Amino acid sequence: MADSIGAPRSFQDILMRLQAYWAAQGCAILQPYDMEVGAGTFHPATTLRSLGSTPWAAAYVQPSRRPTDGRYGENPNRMQHYYQFQVLIKPSPPNLQDLYLGSLSAIGIDMDLHDIRFVEDDWESPTLGAWGLGWEVWCDGMEVSQFTYFQQVGGHDCSPVSGELTYGLERLAMYVLGVEHVMDMPFNDPDAPIPLSYGDVFRQTEEEYARWNFDVADTAMLLRHFEEAEAECAAILAQPAQDPKTGKRIIMAHPAYDQCIKASHIFNLLDARGVISVTERQAYIGRVRALARKCADAFVQTRAGGFQA
Amino acid sequence: MPDLLIELFSEEIPARMQVRAAKDLKQRITDGLVEAGLTYAGAEAFATPRRLTLAIEGLTAESPTVREERRGPRVDAPEKAVQGFLRGAGLTLDQLEKRDTPKGEVYFALIEKPGRQAAEIVAEVLEAVVRNFPWPKSMRWGHGSLRWVRPLHSILCILTDEDGAQVVPLAIDGIAAGNSTEGHRFMSQGRFSVSSFEDYEAKLKRAHVMLSASERVEHIWHDATNMAFASGLELVEDRALLDEVAGLVEWPVVLMGEIDPEYLELPPEVLQTSMREHQKFFSVRDSKSGKIVRFVTVANRETADNGAIILAGNRKVLGARLADAQFFWHNDLRIAQAEIGNWTQALDNVTFHNKLGSQGTRIARIAALAREIAPVTGADPDAAEQAALLAKADLSSEMVGEFPELQGVMGRYYIAAAGYDAAVAQAAQEHYSPLGPSDTVPSAPVSVAVALADKIDTLTGFWAIDEKPTGSKDPFALRRAALGVIRLVLENDLVLDLNLILTTAFVAHGVLGPDPTNSADCKGVADRTNLLAFLHDRLKVHLREQGIRHDIIDACIAMPNSDDLTLLVKRAQALDAELKTEEGENLLQGFKRANNILSQAEEKDGVEYSFGADPKFAEDPSETALFAALEQAEPQIESALAQEDFPAAMATMAGLRGPIDAFFEAVQINTENQTLRRNRLNLLHQIRATCMKVADLTRIEG
Repeated sequence: MADSIGAPRSFQDILMRLQAYWAAQGCAILQPYDMEVGAGTFHPATTLRSLGSTPWAAAYVQPSRRPTDGRYGENPNRMQHYYQFQVLIKPSPPNLQDLYLGSLSAIGIDMDLHDIRFVEDDWESPTLGAWGLGWEVWCDGMEVSQFTYFQQVGGHDCSPVSGELTYGLERLAMYVLGVEHVMDMPFNDPDAPIPLSYGDVFRQTEEEYARWNFDVADTAMLLRHFEEAEAECAAILAQPAQDPKTGKRIIMAHPAYDQCIKASHIFNLLDARGVISVTERQAYIGRVRALARKCADAFVQTRAGGFQA
Repeated sequence: MPDLLIELFSEEIPARMQVRAAKDLKQRITDGLVEAGLTYAGAEAFATPRRLTLAIEGLTAESPTVREERRGPRVDAPEKAVQGFLRGAGLTLDQLEKRDTPKGEVYFALIEKPGRQAAEIVAEVLEAVVRNFPWPKSMRWGHGSLRWVRPLHSILCILTDEDGAQVVPLAIDGIAAGNSTEGHRFMSQGRFSVSSFEDYEAKLKRAHVMLSASERVEHIWHDATNMAFASGLELVEDRALLDEVAGLVEWPVVLMGEIDPEYLELPPEVLQTSMREHQKFFSVRDSKSGKIVRFVTVANRETADNGAIILAGNRKVLGARLADAQFFWHNDLRIAQAEIGNWTQALDNVTFHNKLGSQGTRIARIAALAREIAPVTGADPDAAEQAALLAKADLSSEMVGEFPELQGVMGRYYIAAAGYDAAVAQAAQEHYSPLGPSDTVPSAPVSVAVALADKIDTLTGFWAIDEKPTGSKDPFALRRAALGVIRLVLENDLVLDLNLILTTAFVAHGVLGPDPTNSADCKGVADRTNLLAFLHDRLKVHLREQGIRHDIIDACIAMPNSDDLTLLVKRAQALDAELKTEEGENLLQGFKRANNILSQAEEKDGVEYSFGADPKFAEDPSETALFAALEQAEPQIESALAQEDFPAAMATMAGLRGPIDAFFEAVQINTENQTLRRNRLNLLHQIRATCMKVADLTRIEG
């Protein structure tokens, strides 16, 4: 595949090839979730859809924010905002490893010249109450993806089991394109009339957010927002299943989960501001996990979660 | 006699689990087969990243028929009894045999359990083993309910005899056993069938899979050392890494690459740790300069460019990793040189244990204790205190944050860079030692003082909050800390008044104070006794490994000043040596005889015979001789003990063996003459008292 269309020339080329590849494998290509999240896993298309028995296959790119990783755009591969490409298939197909390797070929990695390895790396998200077994995938010693068979999410056993793939897009693209500094990476085609580098798009925002994340964000406000999101999540889920207006059974798992996502991101911001002590840290993580659990409990009571009246 | 071949083919098995899994597979399958009545000549198990394999040679083709004879009720027994017997035996009345016995005519049942074919048994055993396999962590996948370490894809299970190979019919969770497998993930295509273990191993080799882990290890080691040698360099040995890497590849290809010169300024420990932890690279050293100059990586395949692209990729990743490490190193050095004390101060905000306060308060306690211990180790108290205050400063450094295993090592570099004395810097690295029974014990006086203070503070702290180790639970590694104290004292021949030091430490933990009416001030008294007993227990374990029996140590622990471990061990070693001589062994028997007679008499008479015996009542020459011998021995023993010359004291004591034996030979203790009897019992008391000065021989067994 790579040979017929040549080697990729830009960041977006790699992204589009991944989308085309997984679309060809039958995945629904979703768009990023419209909220700030720390990783592609937080997208409800992964977290919630991995629950229950309804089959699912989706792939999407997800902008991810990790405030503590901000380096003002100076570090060659660390940023507070970056992209993950995420694939979730439920039940995990028996040839998922081969499908995954096919995606590497699709973005121009020649399996005959590179050394691809599956190295044990069990995944756990304390904030989502989730864990799974799998590997980090190495290409010539570099971690290019995370490969996980979900065993539990939001405290629920996954049955059937979902297979999840997460690609760190910038790192993978830098490797494929042979770029040393992320900001130097061509974002669109280098021969385009207006060629743009990754830095043209993101260097300034990295600076701005780094300053805000580390030194300016109003911590009192953030703490308040955390409490509010937590309270709203509980309030949403406390509503009776039957909507008094329409008379329909409408459990609001997704709106509640939005509040969980919000709380999680606010926690990350507070962490970057350095106002959370080591001991408090665990307590905050526990509070977000409690929300994730409640949302998972609610989702499995919905149709998409496999509920049948 | 067929051979059995089993292969469980899955997605990549974590390297750290492979060796154990191969062992478990062999153990459980062979146990199951034997239990079902089969025997075998030999079995060998193998593991690669994608397969567990078991080859069993010379398996019996079927289990033997088992015949059993059961005696039933009398022929004229009630109908119910006969029916019950038939049910139990699973037979009908016409199948029973009648036999005449002294008790009349009786039914007998002959039950025959026919043997079963090996294939049937193998299928049963394999399924049970797969379903209950003891993986440290296992998972489900897809729709299935089966648990395996990673998705299980195929099962190969064949029995091979002269007539060829037969697939053992079985299916586990929809995976039917067959006679085929796959080769290398990238260097081989499609499945192939096999007919025996030899065929399997050979075909795998052609399909670029080295089945045996030890062959992979050997191959990697051989190529890596040769490659280094050819460049005039040497490979840094790392057995754990070698085993791990051999578990990551089916077809190891060794590649050696250069480290960018700009990173060669990093301490070798940093290079080595970063390469090992992040990239699973071996280090290659220039033996002349001692510097790490190259790396070795092990790829899982051959390529047309002889690994050029793979090596370039690995080198690039390493560059990014080392750039991080270099960033930490320079930052850390800058901070250390400006004011390294800030790092210790920052530890005030780091919790050590929620009941024992912060790392900062802990360090302050250790520093005070190190100062007190310093004279014992021959260290300057100021230096010991200073070293303790800085020894854990590197916990605040970025490098140790990234590589916790470099704690202490980085401390040494940073403290030296901050301009402190080499002994102070050295103590940062050495004060964690010894970390186990085989770890080296530091000998530099400052290091020893800080190492002791560190461990004693930990022990007394956890004793003060009642977190002692119990059974197999020792989450704070207190047994290791205790052994550390013991080895530090013994191997440096220190005269350490442990009671005094423990007292100081318990006072610092706030459980020992001046007010005896305040229970909070007294808790430490019991803690101290208990901790000393714990240390004595660990000492027993330690000495047992050196061949000294626990009762010999008990006999010495019962003596005064047993909190001086060096003294205690000298005494125990002397006693052990003495009891191994014929003289010593006989003396012990004489002592026991004297002690038994005396104890019985004391119990019977209700008095203690502790008045001095009087030689003028000596009747027999042997009695007189014993008086003389004791008279002579006592001051000699006293003076030997005063000089801590235990061998001399023991030898003198053992010298009493002759007179004591002769005495018992010639004289009856419990005579009619009460004056004589009393005098002799008092003489026995003198024997006991003299010997007990050396060690509490009553505690010696046998």
